[in-house]
Amino acid sequence: MKLIRLRYTKWYNIMKDGISRNNPVVVAVLGICSSLAVTNKVENAIAMGLGVTFVVMASSAAVAAIRNFIPPKVRMVTYMVIISTFVIAVQMFLAAYFPAISKALGAYVGLIITNCIVMGRAEAFAVRNPVRYSLIDGFASGMGYTFVLLMVSVVRELLAFGTLLNIQIMPVTFPTWAVMALAPGGFFVLGLFIWLIREWIHYYETV
Amino acid sequence: MNLTDLFVSSLLNNNIAFTFILGMCPLIAISTNVKNAKGMGIAVVIVVTLTGIINYPIYLLLKATNTTNLALLVFIITIAATVQILEIFIEKYLPKVYSSFGIFLPLITVNCVVLAVSLFFVNRNYNFLQTATFSFASSLGWMMAIIIVAGVREKMAAIQSDVPRGLVGKGIVFIILGILSLAFLGFTGLSF
Repeated sequence: MKLIRLRYTKWYNIMKDGISRNNPVVVAVLGICSSLAVTNKVENAIAMGLGVTFVVMASSAAVAAIRNFIPPKVRMVTYMVIISTFVIAVQMFLAAYFPAISKALGAYVGLIITNCIVMGRAEAFAVRNPVRYSLIDGFASGMGYTFVLLMVSVVRELLAFGTLLNIQIMPVTFPTWAVMALAPGGFFVLGLFIWLIREWIHYYETV
Repeated sequence: MNLTDLFVSSLLNNNIAFTFILGMCPLIAISTNVKNAKGMGIAVVIVVTLTGIINYPIYLLLKATNTTNLALLVFIITIAATVQILEIFIEKYLPKVYSSFGIFLPLITVNCVVLAVSLFFVNRNYNFLQTATFSFASSLGWMMAIIIVAGVREKMAAIQSDVPRGLVGKGIVFIILGILSLAFLGFTGLSF
């Protein structure tokens, strides 16, 4: 009974929209910049996705908490300072506990700052909503993003290395597709993935 | 690494858009026609070259005071400030230039290329001249990429090409980018 009622709450709707109809990658095509380059391994994708989720949640909550004190003229710079503080935290956390992943991601962890999703959620949602909804909205956007990264990286790692999370899946004789580990593979897989999801949720652009 | 080599490699075989997949948001959003793409490209070249040159001495200062952990925060503030000052300056003294690409300037703060160039020179231990060359060549490479993509999209729109409806708009840009970046793989190993 409780579960059914949950479907109609604001919490549930924000959550559902973030993952499907408002998925930041598939529908708005945001946040491609810092992500495609790291999706050739599933472990990198998970680290990147969780890092972005944390930064979106934390910065949305922080922006929502001080939304009444931010002067509209300098709000962009304010967001930037808040976001980069959390990104530095993620960077130091990864360097301390997962040095291998931190090395593989390299400068791309720092580029979470310019990930349009983080800025977009702060500007579009957090400045107008209380902290608790901003947290959920950040979580939903982050999860939608992580989901896409995960899907893309599974396809790429399987074809490029024949492995998943570094465990051999394909037969050893499988001819690996070197191009999947490089940039073109990322573009093609994400392009086809966007096509698939858009057919599924019936979202079409008209030009 | 000598400077010509660095210039050619950051322009072609390590093109920042096609190899490192950076600056995709504006590249996809503003590549619908060549004129806008050119405006955005020029704005990016100016801002990236300037911020690369400004961030280098700032990084040396951070290194001297042993606070390199703050590099991200300081870089992003420098970039935002540079963009803001440049915008005011151009609006005041070059109104004609401002009307052609002034609207793209505020968008550049969130262009990954700008921050990435600053982070890359730190990671690769470039000296000052290398940093300047690298910043200029990378941004020129990005401008080339956005103009090529815009050219293709303009042609596709002109002949009303038959794109599957799920790919119409931004989806097909990924396929275009994929094919172009395959072509750029051909430059691998190029050196002078």
